[in-house]
Amino acid sequence: MKIIVCIKQVPGTAEVEIDPVTGVLKRDGVASKMNPYDLYAMETALQLQCALDAEIVALTMGPPQAAKIIREAYMMGADSGALVSDRRFGGADVLATSRTLAEAIRAICPSDLGVVICGKQTTDGDTAQVGAELAEFLKIPHVANVTKIHKADCHALELETDLPLHRAHLKIALPCLVTVDKGIFEPRLPSYKKMLATSDRPIRTITLDDFDDRDPLHYGLNGSPTKVKRIFPPEHKVVRESWQGSGTELAGKLLNYLDQNKFLQNAGETNA
Amino acid sequence: MMISHPYKTITPKDVAALQELAPKALVLDGEKLPDDLCHDELSRERRHPGVLVKPASVEDVSKTMRYAFEQQIAVTPRGQGTGLVGGAVPLFGGILLDLSGMNRIVELDEENLLVTVEPGVLLMELAKFVESRGFFYPPDPGEKTATIGGNISTNAGGMRAVKYGVTRDYVRALEVVLADGTITEFGGAVVKNSSGYDLKDLAVGSEGTLCVVTKAVLRLLPLPKFKLSLLVPFPDISGAIETVPKLIASSAAPTAVEFMEREVILASEEFLGRSFPDKSANAYLLLTFDGPEENAVHLAAKTAAEVCLSKGAIDALIADTPERSESVWASRGAFLEALKASTTEIDECDVVVPRKSVAEFVLFSHKLEAKYHVRIRSFGHAGDGNLHIYALRDALDDRQWQEALEGVFSELYAKADLLGGKVSGEHGIGFAKVPYLARTQPTAVNMLSHGIKDAFDPRHILNPGKVLVSLK
Repeated sequence: MKIIVCIKQVPGTAEVEIDPVTGVLKRDGVASKMNPYDLYAMETALQLQCALDAEIVALTMGPPQAAKIIREAYMMGADSGALVSDRRFGGADVLATSRTLAEAIRAICPSDLGVVICGKQTTDGDTAQVGAELAEFLKIPHVANVTKIHKADCHALELETDLPLHRAHLKIALPCLVTVDKGIFEPRLPSYKKMLATSDRPIRTITLDDFDDRDPLHYGLNGSPTKVKRIFPPEHKVVRESWQGSGTELAGKLLNYLDQNKFLQNAGETNA
Repeated sequence: MMISHPYKTITPKDVAALQELAPKALVLDGEKLPDDLCHDELSRERRHPGVLVKPASVEDVSKTMRYAFEQQIAVTPRGQGTGLVGGAVPLFGGILLDLSGMNRIVELDEENLLVTVEPGVLLMELAKFVESRGFFYPPDPGEKTATIGGNISTNAGGMRAVKYGVTRDYVRALEVVLADGTITEFGGAVVKNSSGYDLKDLAVGSEGTLCVVTKAVLRLLPLPKFKLSLLVPFPDISGAIETVPKLIASSAAPTAVEFMEREVILASEEFLGRSFPDKSANAYLLLTFDGPEENAVHLAAKTAAEVCLSKGAIDALIADTPERSESVWASRGAFLEALKASTTEIDECDVVVPRKSVAEFVLFSHKLEAKYHVRIRSFGHAGDGNLHIYALRDALDDRQWQEALEGVFSELYAKADLLGGKVSGEHGIGFAKVPYLARTQPTAVNMLSHGIKDAFDPRHILNPGKVLVSLK
């Protein structure tokens, strides 16, 4: 069985410039790193590995230099890795990206797919849509925003997901896809010893020619219906509220606030 | 217990006189002050001053000091009260001179790499201000809400001392108010200075017993663009610490070398409610590297990793992004608070020993646990020999606790002295460590220190009961 972890190389800092004419992120000369949410995806895979007796495959899509984060995944404990890279994939939106990743996953494991794990979103695109769309292309069930995994075996996962108004406790059959939230596990740090041990481990490159569906119109800019009008950095909003009242009133208000925002253990939990 | 002392007790007339002398200062009756202002982080000693004076300017400080000098009133300068040795506790009442309101960043001199600040500026404010402009103020004591004035008074150090030195190395000039109210300057905005006695260096670390710092000119460096940390697990603490001299002697030039033990990491996990990225080992070294070139920083880390592995490290884990750094350093930053939360009361010893003796000293402190039946935890700056060793009270009663403290600390300071160490690496002497300093300093040094005190403060009104023992 294989666990596929989808990872992405993103700019190293939050202060990335956007080209005012093209509206595209200026990536040249900017330090890069693994998408922070993907660190949680990697750690989740490593935590599930024993229970599922699985091989961990790190998968990324990007230009050749994105191979760097596959090396990083090796330093965390991934067994093998693949880079989906082809000029014909350039300019892909979430739909084309999901289709590309689905084809790549089929190429990597035609029969023994266990779990696909993604971070809940990336810190550059911020759409949080690729995970769910990828599951649709793969025709497997999925759960987003997973915050806990209670139980895992080679048939199913029991997990907890963070929904807008409550948390849900779910059981999902394998093969499946999950996108994981920050804090599900504390990601381990890359190991220097593993770096030395994996320095000559190969990274498979996957191109359009490896896919079942080789129609170039389905990929890259050609396969992307999204037309970007403008890209701008998200606004940083800090909301401050002041409350006044007696100690008892304030305590009640605070309890209510914590409950509504799901800060209290077991409050608002539903089993599904 | 009332101690007889030669200082005037503050009367309502003094309060009114001080307010009249410094109309812009905040002057408050000391008995009405909140408890927070009556102690520092060493919370066992609490004293109310006769009056709180919160000056708005150097003139306010000068007029307050002149009045205190004429009236023989004890004056205790105070920043944010984050000290750990009782330095800001007004042992003899009198005036508590709260300098936290003088908190302007006066000037940034980008050509000479200097910043001029008032003493109430917080360390974290200064760091943010200079770093946003591409500069770097290296001293980084753990308590970021401390004031620069407090840092100067204790010659605060921090983790980066291994590579960059301590507060004293970054003070170019000081504006001070002397005991009689005279305003003067020590040092200058120059790189070299061989012009007579260096009173600036004497004032740094004098804990408010020689003068009151009202302005400081601090040296800056260009901000290093690249940073990386290594968390290095070891099978045991001696293996970890014995690696340190090899690291220092290597070409890795680490910015910081911290050591930590599993128990302290677990306490920090519980306190923060979040996991540490690795807790498989009994002991760890935490190393950082910084510099202007990414490749050089990576090469330094690689050199250090090889040194550690050759000395028996289990691995070297790499924290090379802000998220990864944060996962390690958030825990390191919470150690002290985590230990406090894990017990009823703590007391600490902040000795500094020669680097080669760190392992011996830490192992010695472990043995005292059983001997005095008290929980002892330690962590600290293995790279510069400065150790923070904490006794944790837990369920001990007053008598047991006092006996344990007396026994443990006497042995620790005696051992440090034997190894060629000093009483305080960075927290200062305050009143808590006065007997240990007096005991371990040569008589000639004690006498010279008293002579210096007499020359600066002939009436001994400045922070009496701190650093030195005598009362005039």
